[in-house]
Amino acid sequence: MDIKYTKDHEWIKIEDGTVAVIGITDYAQHALGDLVFIELPKLGAQYKKGAYFAVVESVKTAAEVYTPVTGEVVAVNTALESDYDLLKSDADGWIAKFKMTDAAELAGLMDEATYRDYVKTAG
Amino acid sequence: MRYLPLTHKDRAAMLADIGVAAVDDFYTGLPVADHFDLPDHQGELEVERYMTALATQNRSAADGPFFLGAGVYSHHIPAAVDYVIQRSEFLTSYTPYQPEIAQGTLQVIFEYQTLIAALTGQDVANASLYDGATACAEAALMAMRLTGRDKVVIGNALHPQYREVLDSYVRDAVVTDLDTTCAALIIQSPDFYGAPHTYETYRAQCDAVGAKLIVVITEIVSLGLLEPPRAADIVCGEAQSLGIPMSYGGPHLGFFACKHEYVRQMPGRLVGETVDADGRRSFVLTLATREQHIRREKATSNICTNQGLCALAFTVHAALLGEQGLKDLARLNHERACQLADALAQIAGVTIENTAFFNEFVVRFDNPAKDVMMTLAAKNIIPGLRLDDHRVLMCATEMTTDTDIQMLCEAVKEIVA
Amino acid sequence: MNDLIGESRALHYEEPLLWEHEQSDGSGVDLPAPQNTPLRTGQGAREALGLPQLKEPQVLRHFVRLSTKNFSIDHGFFPLGSCTMKHNPRLNEKMARLSGFAGIHPLQPACTVPGALEVMYQLQNWLGELTGLRGVCLTPAAGAHGELAGLMTIRRAHEQNGQGHRKVILCPDSAHGTNPATAAMCGYDLRVIPTKENGCVSLDAFREALGDGHDVAGMMVTNPNTCGLFERDIAACAELLHAAGGYFYCDGANFNALVGRVRPADFGVDVMHINLHKTFSTPHGGGGPGSGPICVAESLRPYLPVPCVVKTEAGYKLETREDRPDSFGRLKGFQGQFGMFVRALTYMLSHGADGLRQVSGDAVLNANYILAKLREDYDAPFGDRTCMHEALLTDKIQKESGVTTLDIAKTLIEYGMHPMTIYFPLVVNGAMLIEPTETEGKETLDRFIAVMQKIAADVRAGEGEIFHAMPQSAPRRRLDEVKAARNPVLRCSC
Repeated sequence: MDIKYTKDHEWIKIEDGTVAVIGITDYAQHALGDLVFIELPKLGAQYKKGAYFAVVESVKTAAEVYTPVTGEVVAVNTALESDYDLLKSDADGWIAKFKMTDAAELAGLMDEATYRDYVKTAG
Repeated sequence: MRYLPLTHKDRAAMLADIGVAAVDDFYTGLPVADHFDLPDHQGELEVERYMTALATQNRSAADGPFFLGAGVYSHHIPAAVDYVIQRSEFLTSYTPYQPEIAQGTLQVIFEYQTLIAALTGQDVANASLYDGATACAEAALMAMRLTGRDKVVIGNALHPQYREVLDSYVRDAVVTDLDTTCAALIIQSPDFYGAPHTYETYRAQCDAVGAKLIVVITEIVSLGLLEPPRAADIVCGEAQSLGIPMSYGGPHLGFFACKHEYVRQMPGRLVGETVDADGRRSFVLTLATREQHIRREKATSNICTNQGLCALAFTVHAALLGEQGLKDLARLNHERACQLADALAQIAGVTIENTAFFNEFVVRFDNPAKDVMMTLAAKNIIPGLRLDDHRVLMCATEMTTDTDIQMLCEAVKEIVA
Repeated sequence: MNDLIGESRALHYEEPLLWEHEQSDGSGVDLPAPQNTPLRTGQGAREALGLPQLKEPQVLRHFVRLSTKNFSIDHGFFPLGSCTMKHNPRLNEKMARLSGFAGIHPLQPACTVPGALEVMYQLQNWLGELTGLRGVCLTPAAGAHGELAGLMTIRRAHEQNGQGHRKVILCPDSAHGTNPATAAMCGYDLRVIPTKENGCVSLDAFREALGDGHDVAGMMVTNPNTCGLFERDIAACAELLHAAGGYFYCDGANFNALVGRVRPADFGVDVMHINLHKTFSTPHGGGGPGSGPICVAESLRPYLPVPCVVKTEAGYKLETREDRPDSFGRLKGFQGQFGMFVRALTYMLSHGADGLRQVSGDAVLNANYILAKLREDYDAPFGDRTCMHEALLTDKIQKESGVTTLDIAKTLIEYGMHPMTIYFPLVVNGAMLIEPTETEGKETLDRFIAVMQKIAADVRAGEGEIFHAMPQSAPRRRLDEVKAARNPVLRCSC
């Protein structure tokens, strides 16, 4: 399946053409260190492209997780609240799923190779 | 100057090492002022003489009968309290950001948090806030964050200065009717006029509209006798009464406690338990991601400090009193107040308005209150806070003596006769 | 023997919590026995309080033992950048405890406390003269509270002058976290001014952030800034800001570099808070109480919070809302941290104008001496010029060998010194912000410099590995902060 990446280190997978599944990359998790808290969005909440919908916290940092697409939260991964390591999992590490209103918003995102280069230059 | 250890020789050597000719050169290009209209330095003796002369002009509570309370209370402070807080290790240390060399302060705050949580009947308490008034305002803001609502209701007689501070913090958010737009109901107990409250009815009112119940306490000694506000979501207020002098209004000690589930929305510092690399029990500032130095504009509050040394004074005084001592102190305060009320009630033209009180109550004089106050002041008696044309808020504590009450009553009798 | 020693050895004590000591059968305070007369509280007496029960010797020993686990300015070098850990003269403590200051009630009639009002009035005058900002309100309880008071004053001024639509506060990215947090509390939107590679706000960056300025309420800048540098373009920025109708708020955290030499009003400041617990030596007390009076230009005086002390024909007086109806209101109960006013005034009188000038001069000299001596061993991002009262270094060189700012800080503990401020300002990677203050003599500075040079030399020699395990001899080794945050235990369960 095609995975896209943002400059803020979120990854996005598209399900059924209309649902965006969002998580944070290994790079972001490594930069944060051990997580101590995750604040998840509410089911049914609406977010505009570029808004933050979740917060992941380590001892000294709180990082906001942004959505690159406008839409409604249709699923929340509450299992993360009791197991922060789950974020690392490719299959189960997603944070929330959004019902997209405009798939064209995905256009500016990076593919895997571009993101890998981006991380190299950023890091 | 006695506080500056660098010698002229040191300065010259250091400037040479830096490669700068004079200290003034560090300020080149800055708008340096050529004169300040201020006196030059003075020796310790001169300064002490001057400041003591200013202090002597003030009439302190110890100088005669004193019945003023209204949010700040005259209590006895055991000598050991001031000894402990003047120890360099507490007095001149910083916020415990380096926990390896700050376990003293950290454990004290952990004990303080435990004492406040226990006394207020809440799950957790923070490391303290500036004072009772700002703690009340922070509680209102926290209730707004918890509920996503932007109105609050004041349910009884809240201290007028707390109300003013609340207005500054939340602006037009204070409304009169409790409904589903309201984040919180604020109740003071004992209220500003000294009456203790119970909380079941207020709890039910809050539950009916989904609002939080905030209980404000300005006289923390009352918690040695009155039922704690277990039903509240947030309990906050002023803890000056234990260990902290009145000091013309500050520094005092804002306390803040709440239910565990709200902890991530709390303002201010928190100390938590953990272990060090050797597995030994240790204490550390925790949940800091709520705070301004990490969250910046998204922080729960802009507050940066707590009232560390005041929290220490409170903890030492509370530890000295202990379970039985605080109960006795609270009883003693209540009994002194009963004695004062009984003595005043026997005077014709004087009425006690309260049916219930802890250590202060409203007294109605048939004479104009202004005259009563002025005549008593001329006799070196500070009778309390004038509320309006005929009413005065009066307080008694363990400091109040039989003689104080006698002198007051004799003077009042002369006035009303 | 080991069993008997338990966890305490020589002067190193493991101290239990108050509740874990053997409990006594009475109080540590002897009070007159209550008469147990019928209660008039309208309710029954409370049962358990949850307090411990110990006698005075046990309590005193508990807190004295705890105190030995703290490092303080009276112990040794405490170069915590941005915090101004200077000597706390004990005369200040003695004066604040005089019965005529400590024993007075904030609601006493003014005629019974003229000496207290004079202390406040004089402190207002000193601060007004030192800052050039003559409207002074002493009530804010700390620096962040002063920021709140300052922004609320600005907001009120705009609203009273038909400028309530101004909703933006400009603030450089190097600011203290309190600045953006305060702006948010006042309902302002933050517009960040990126600082340049030289650590300062440039006129160009400011101009771009300002735009036409129609929506800008003001800017918040710390000067000298958090990189230890004087903002050279700030007067020009202030001029542009004023022309656009905004006010300049200066965070006074670093006033110790300027006191007695430079009046902030002279580089365009309209509002400034002063941390009495930094520049004017009121003790930090393990995290407060602070005190953060604000000083404002004449044009903003009407909007200040109440009360200020004014001099009338009848004597000194605390203002009310009626006296100054344009005030935004009250921000703290009563008159502020009065005990701190007594200490600060005592300190000012002791130093005088000449002594305060020496204070800033020595503070700046000490910082520059450290910078000059360490800029070879450590990366000094702005080491090409002199600094103000703080020297900024980073771990850029040492990090290549795996030794970080955190390791260096924890190693200083092992050498008997308090670490500098670390990882602040956020805009400089691996920052070490060193503020020696005027309190230190050359001997202390030389030892610190020698220790820092030794650490750098050890890293160069490939012996940096040991620093990861520092400190070794402190009352505690490094703490598990993740454990503390994942499952917060915030009170004793006993």
